[in-house]
Amino acid sequence: MNFNDSEQQAQFRTKCSTWLHDNAQRKTQAGSDNPHGKRDSSEFLNAARSWQKKKFDAGWAMLHWPKIYGGLEASPLERIIWGQEEAKFDVPQGIYEIGLGMAGPVMMQYATEQQKQRYLPPMAAGEEIWCQLFSEPSAGSDVAGLRSKAVQDGDDWIINGQKVWTSGAQFCDYGIIVVRHDPNVDKHAGMTFFFVDMKSPGIDIKPIKQITGGSSFNEVYFNDVRIPDSQRLGAIGDGWRVAITTLMNERLAVGDANGVDATEAFEWAQGQDDHGQALIQNHAVRESIADWYCQASGLKNTKLRTMSALSKGDTPGPEASITKVVSANKLQAIGNFGIDSLDMAGMLKTERSEVHDFHNAWLGSAGLRIAGGTDEILKNIIAERVLGLPQDPRADKGLAFKDIPSGK
Amino acid sequence: MNLDFSDDQKLLQSEAQKFLQKEQSLQRSRDVLDGEQALDTDLWQQIIAMGWTGIRIPEQYDGLGLGHLELCVVAEELGRCLAPVPFSSSVYLFTEAIIKFASDAIKQDLLPKLVSGECVGTLAITEQLLAPTEHNINTQVANNKVSGTKIAVPDAGIATHSIVICKGVKGIDLRLVELTDHCNVQKQDTIDDSRGHFSIGLDNVDSLLVGGEGEGWELLQNLLDQAAVMFSFEQIGGAQATLDMATSYAQQRFAFGRAIGSYQAIKHKLADMYIKLTLAKSNSYYGAWALSTDSVELNVAAATARVSATQAFNYCSQENIQTHGGNGFTWEYDCHLFYRRAKLLSLNVGSLATWKEKLILGLEKTQTANVKQGV
Repeated sequence: MNFNDSEQQAQFRTKCSTWLHDNAQRKTQAGSDNPHGKRDSSEFLNAARSWQKKKFDAGWAMLHWPKIYGGLEASPLERIIWGQEEAKFDVPQGIYEIGLGMAGPVMMQYATEQQKQRYLPPMAAGEEIWCQLFSEPSAGSDVAGLRSKAVQDGDDWIINGQKVWTSGAQFCDYGIIVVRHDPNVDKHAGMTFFFVDMKSPGIDIKPIKQITGGSSFNEVYFNDVRIPDSQRLGAIGDGWRVAITTLMNERLAVGDANGVDATEAFEWAQGQDDHGQALIQNHAVRESIADWYCQASGLKNTKLRTMSALSKGDTPGPEASITKVVSANKLQAIGNFGIDSLDMAGMLKTERSEVHDFHNAWLGSAGLRIAGGTDEILKNIIAERVLGLPQDPRADKGLAFKDIPSGK
Repeated sequence: MNLDFSDDQKLLQSEAQKFLQKEQSLQRSRDVLDGEQALDTDLWQQIIAMGWTGIRIPEQYDGLGLGHLELCVVAEELGRCLAPVPFSSSVYLFTEAIIKFASDAIKQDLLPKLVSGECVGTLAITEQLLAPTEHNINTQVANNKVSGTKIAVPDAGIATHSIVICKGVKGIDLRLVELTDHCNVQKQDTIDDSRGHFSIGLDNVDSLLVGGEGEGWELLQNLLDQAAVMFSFEQIGGAQATLDMATSYAQQRFAFGRAIGSYQAIKHKLADMYIKLTLAKSNSYYGAWALSTDSVELNVAAATARVSATQAFNYCSQENIQTHGGNGFTWEYDCHLFYRRAKLLSLNVGSLATWKEKLILGLEKTQTANVKQGV
């Protein structure tokens, strides 16, 4: 056992870090504030665009992609190494992940060669931003319950309905969308998948104000929006199968819940007074921090096991499936701990950056436990796909979509 | 990057698994629990014949001269089938103490006998119904003679030797004693009688110093750190076995016309078992790395592995009973064998609370060291 790179991996890592040093600022400390403006601001978007372009010009943007679309044909392990090195630098994150992580693979697998050459390079270069239009007001965990309608009209399809939780819809150029073309057949058989120009007439985008006060997500309304049949991905009625490919990629893209961790809780407890002594002397606090440290260490070492498998050319096991459910719950617990440690003053928003981080963890984690698969759905997936337990009996089996009970 | 065992180590593991299955180790564990014996002598002899007692002992002393990683994979298999043998006490604790801290003369005398099984060792620490500390050890050593009473000593009934934690002139000493007829060794009832535990009364028994005088407590902590990693592999082996049992039962047992594994209450319980086990396994691998490379991170890595492995096996074994419903509460089903062993393993190199405290102390120490070095 060792944590060392092979000679080839070390060379690749040096190559990454050399380029990053020449083109970005190293973080001064873990989780340091990004200087690129607030997440929702146009400064931030511009910074993200120019960073993505810089990476694309050097081949780093989608390094595992084929060279003809702007990649380097890098191995999965090299992609991880790049990610580790990039994470040490203060670069704008959060704009491109969904488009590149979800729309990218679907286009790669289902678009025509001509479409791939047209859309993939600008996607990787960040010149065109992509979003994902799956969830609907009545289709959350049960995405296949979606009811946005597609009706064929000559060479076009006409789309009506509403999508929700669409990250970045307000600045996106294209989106991938799954809609219902036939409510008279079984629910999984009645869906078809497209990509859509987000500037099409009839698309109306409204931001959702989240409990954090921010607005990363949107509602997207479709009123008689026309999509050419040439933008269909997969066969008519194949929408669910295509969507599942995307959702698999989402589970990989939505990984760790970022934010304060065991180390920050430990350092905070050393500095915070608790009835005349340092909070870290409190036994309950010591036990909680030990728990979080073990979880954080367990996740880190689980990743290293995955990397070890990739490094040997093996397929990694399912162990990474625990990442989000563990990290989002840990984040919520640490957020609560930090706020509670201020006793009556914990309610106050202050200038102290640590307090700000605890508040963010407390609010943000409530969303992270839901986004990209709720805790409950992720545990179902572990139970069914990893452990092999049977699916729940379903009340919607064998029914035409239109006959499925839908509640309110 | 290689946080994994080598192909040779995996081969050793799969052979160990096959052997222990063929020998029906789990049934033997039940037989020891039901009977009067404190171990399965036949299984122990076979394990000696396979050379496992000498895995870490250098070839010059007739051992296999392998490393801690080989010991870890064997530990996982012994834990999976609850092997009723004195392996952990004699190998992880006693043999390691001799290899690391004993004089050449002692090594020459004992190591070959530990390989051949002529000598079996254990470690005697506890004296009272509370956590042992540097300040509550009352067993005395004077003129190399040891006197005092130890309790909850694993495998003392078969052990020929013990390292005894004693109060000496300069502080705590590790003293090697031979467990002859002059020592009063009495079997004690425990929560898991598939592993024998004993009290030892010592009255002016001859002893040899192991390690430096007065350094015993520090050496003991190092021994426990090492052993904690190997115990964590026994724990993840046991936790995996209970998860497998619960999964298979949930697939086969029907209630209200469907497999109970199709209910989310059961699915989520089993997913939680899988999550805890995965965290524990990954941390145990980290512990194994620290152990095998003699890393300065060993104390933190061992505590991390130990805490998460204890949490995983405790949780998995208790929820395995719950998944089995009433059947899980019967003597006939194997669930309680794992529940007992999980609790025993969670205590025998120190409780969960003890190891969480060690972890935080380790983090505090690392931080102080980093500040001193200007990191």
